[in-house]
Amino acid sequence: MLDANEGPTEAQFEFITFSAGNQSFCLEITQIREIRRWTPVTRLPHTPDDVLGVMNLRGAVIPIFDLSARFGLGQTSDNERNVVIVAACGDTTIGLLVESVSEILSVNKSAIQETPDIKSEAARQAILGVISVGDNVVRVVNLDAVLDNDRGAVV
Amino acid sequence: MTKVLAIDDSRTIRNLLRVSLEGAGFEYHSACDGVEGVEQFTEVEPDVVITDINMPNMDGFGVIETLRTGPNRTTVPIIVLTTESGADLKTRARNAGATGWIVKPFDDGSLVSVLRRLTGHVV
Amino acid sequence: MSRNSIRDTFFEECEELLEALVEGLSAMEENTGDMEVVNAVFRAVHSIKGGAGAFGLDRLVAFAHAFETVMDKVRSHDLEVDEALMRLFHRSGDQLADLVEAARDEREPDSETESTILKELEAYLGESDKQDDFSFDALSLDFEAAPMSIEPAEPALRRFELRFRPTAALYANGHEPLLLFDALAELGTLEVTADLSELPEFDAFDPNDAVLSWQLTLDTAEDEMVLHEVFEFVESLCDLDIRVSGQSPEQQPEPEVEDSTAETVTSLAPSGIEAALPQTTQDTVEDARPATAPVQGANEPRGPRPTLRVDLDRVDRLINTVGELIINQAMISQRIEELELPAVSHLTNELEAYKLLARDIQEGVMAIRAQPVKPLFQRMSRIVREASEATGKKAKLVTEGDSTEVDKTVIERLADPLTHMVRNAVDHGLESPDRRTEIGKEPAGTIRLSASHRSGSVFIEIIDDGAGLDRKRIFEKAVEKGLIAPDAELSDQDIDNLLFLPGFSTASAVSNLSGRGVGMDVVRNAVAALGGRVSISSLPGAGTTFTIVLPLTLAVMDGFVISVSDQTMVIPISSIIETIRPNRRDLHQIGTDGRVIAVRGAYVPIVDVAGNLGLASSSNDIGGGVLLLVGTEAQGLAALRVDAIHDQRQVVIKSLESNYGAIPGVSAATILGDGKIALILDPDEVVKLHPAAPVLFTTPQPRTELRHA
Repeated sequence: MLDANEGPTEAQFEFITFSAGNQSFCLEITQIREIRRWTPVTRLPHTPDDVLGVMNLRGAVIPIFDLSARFGLGQTSDNERNVVIVAACGDTTIGLLVESVSEILSVNKSAIQETPDIKSEAARQAILGVISVGDNVVRVVNLDAVLDNDRGAVV
Repeated sequence: MTKVLAIDDSRTIRNLLRVSLEGAGFEYHSACDGVEGVEQFTEVEPDVVITDINMPNMDGFGVIETLRTGPNRTTVPIIVLTTESGADLKTRARNAGATGWIVKPFDDGSLVSVLRRLTGHVV
Repeated sequence: MSRNSIRDTFFEECEELLEALVEGLSAMEENTGDMEVVNAVFRAVHSIKGGAGAFGLDRLVAFAHAFETVMDKVRSHDLEVDEALMRLFHRSGDQLADLVEAARDEREPDSETESTILKELEAYLGESDKQDDFSFDALSLDFEAAPMSIEPAEPALRRFELRFRPTAALYANGHEPLLLFDALAELGTLEVTADLSELPEFDAFDPNDAVLSWQLTLDTAEDEMVLHEVFEFVESLCDLDIRVSGQSPEQQPEPEVEDSTAETVTSLAPSGIEAALPQTTQDTVEDARPATAPVQGANEPRGPRPTLRVDLDRVDRLINTVGELIINQAMISQRIEELELPAVSHLTNELEAYKLLARDIQEGVMAIRAQPVKPLFQRMSRIVREASEATGKKAKLVTEGDSTEVDKTVIERLADPLTHMVRNAVDHGLESPDRRTEIGKEPAGTIRLSASHRSGSVFIEIIDDGAGLDRKRIFEKAVEKGLIAPDAELSDQDIDNLLFLPGFSTASAVSNLSGRGVGMDVVRNAVAALGGRVSISSLPGAGTTFTIVLPLTLAVMDGFVISVSDQTMVIPISSIIETIRPNRRDLHQIGTDGRVIAVRGAYVPIVDVAGNLGLASSSNDIGGGVLLLVGTEAQGLAALRVDAIHDQRQVVIKSLESNYGAIPGVSAATILGDGKIALILDPDEVVKLHPAAPVLFTTPQPRTELRHA
């Protein structure tokens, strides 16, 4: 689709922001399949504690991760507002338990800044970049790093 | 478009011919033995025939003889696909009425150049 | 279609050709005189050679060539097939199969056997055949030196004078002089003059007569040999005279392409055929235009039976969706039951119909994955041959129910256990030829391999007409190995089943075939992994029958729904030998935490499933719960302790690995009627896990360590 008025525009990206471990995160909207209410999962033996278990998503067995625990921010406590974000990366579908979903954020590519030079290599890998929204900093989650469960918790 | 009828009992060879020939802009038809080949010939009316020698039901010589001497004899070029490079087989094929031959394994270039030489097909 | 996928279909085709080869060779054995069979065998080898050549698989080509040449001598009655040659053919077939496999997997095949067989094959070839061999090798060079190569240097132009007079046969063979001239014109600058002197009066003109001849002048930098190549196909169909007339008068180093084309076209218009040429050129150019869009699917080969090749992925996706449909149906059923509708409700009937339809669809979809066992059975003829050669016993294989269809994966995973059992049947089952003659049996034993469908299962039987099981010896051996108490009272059936115990081997003499560390317990586990079971029946003096019963599909499984700690799980019924409600008297404590149960005089360790999975054990009472007796690969018999068995049902198997990864002790998951996921336990792996303290559950561990734990 061509819009003559906009000229050579920058690519717009849409993100869904949410909070986990009292911090703001976001995922690109194209990666998100759906957002569901939290329902009890079937636990898996011998898995790290950020792996909550598996859930039945229309006949598929998908693993649910506690994003807060995954980022080393402690276990997400039980709350009615907790939701599961179902995200897909390639052929893999996973669920992420987060405290709450906030809003849809539409930004230009230039608004995404590089992750500040933080010490932890693992944390740097888990975050693709940051977006400033008012006083707030929203971290762009690197889904690949979350999926990489060989490493256990990311941080 | 120049129509080619390839007769070979090997699916691999048929696949290879299909890729080479369609790539070179031929309309490709195939049959998996001599009897089916002769049937297809009447149906497809190809501009050129490529036939294997060793095939069940009717071998390549049978195909050539049928097409060259039958009631509906034709002068459409018939090219023999052969794994032997011996002079015997070529002489026999030529005597039966073959127009030319391609020695397997063939590469796209030699296959297409032989076909072009015998059919005038422009690539 | 890419070259890679053609390569894949080549190997697929090789499978079929090798199958036809094995079949043809057995038919040859029955009736050596049937030339149709010999032809079929020849063609199979020949087609493999042809395809292999296209992919530059030289070793395969060379071997197939030797094989084919000997077979050709049989075909042309130059060679009689005797027993020795027949055996060589069989071995050559086996070797060819090995070479195909090696080529497919891109590894180096065993060259020792290959060169032995090659030598034997060559021994059947005379001098003249070997020459053939030579000319075949030379053929690939033909291509390297294709006439299209462009010389880097610019050699001088030379002028050739050609006289070309076709015979009628040239036209009859489908040649067209104009096309030959086209080819010449590509080599340089060509002038053509038609000689019409022999053209008869119009009335006397017979189109079948060849009366035209041509005088051609070609200025080219090419060698004379290249000119002869142009006329390669018409040699002996024409009078051809090629003569060098000296240096070309126009010494342009290289005529400009456009110029030369134009010149060719104009000068290529000799009187007589004027009209024909431009016409042809125009037509072909036009014809070539749509070349970028080749006709799709135009008349692909019609096989003997119409079939459809489908990507396995698509089938599996369909199977998956149908699995979901079944789960969905189970969920609806459960919800409706919960409503406790009056019994007269039509809904119950409709629901039942829905259930049947869903099952029908499932069966139909599963059937797509089904394949005949024939190729698997055919492979066994080689095993029988090799085993009888290694043991000095005579054996022949008879197969029944070749066309019985079984899930593709089942067939693949059945190859090893079946190989082992067939080998065993020859090695341990059959008597020596002398012994057989002594007791009035045929010197050659028969191994019968049969497949059939019975009541929703696949039955595969391996039957030998040997001596039958020596139960006394088996019993002694089991006592010797400490597997049973010396005073144990066992039925014949119980004794036979001792064969399946880990660490049991009856081979009293070490033969070439035993001593590989593979016992019947491995066979049993492999079959159990497919959700099947193996049983034995034996009649002294008359032989032994092994029966493998397999489910029709791998997508569903019969399982016990059990509770472990607070979780609902499923365990495959096929892995369970028996369930035991423990009697306190039979339970014993060994050391601080080791517990065993006495089963028929043997002590079997108790494995607490909850503990091994890192779940909180619901009770510390060793007498609580239910014990499931399983045979495991690593530790022999084990009794798995679970809290309760609730139900026995068919469950749809769901992979955990597609979205997560392997979980130790768990083979897959399923979805229960309430929509919740239940894990399916892998008893072998559960036993291997060390009982983990609950604290371990919360500590991330490297996965590799867990897997091998």
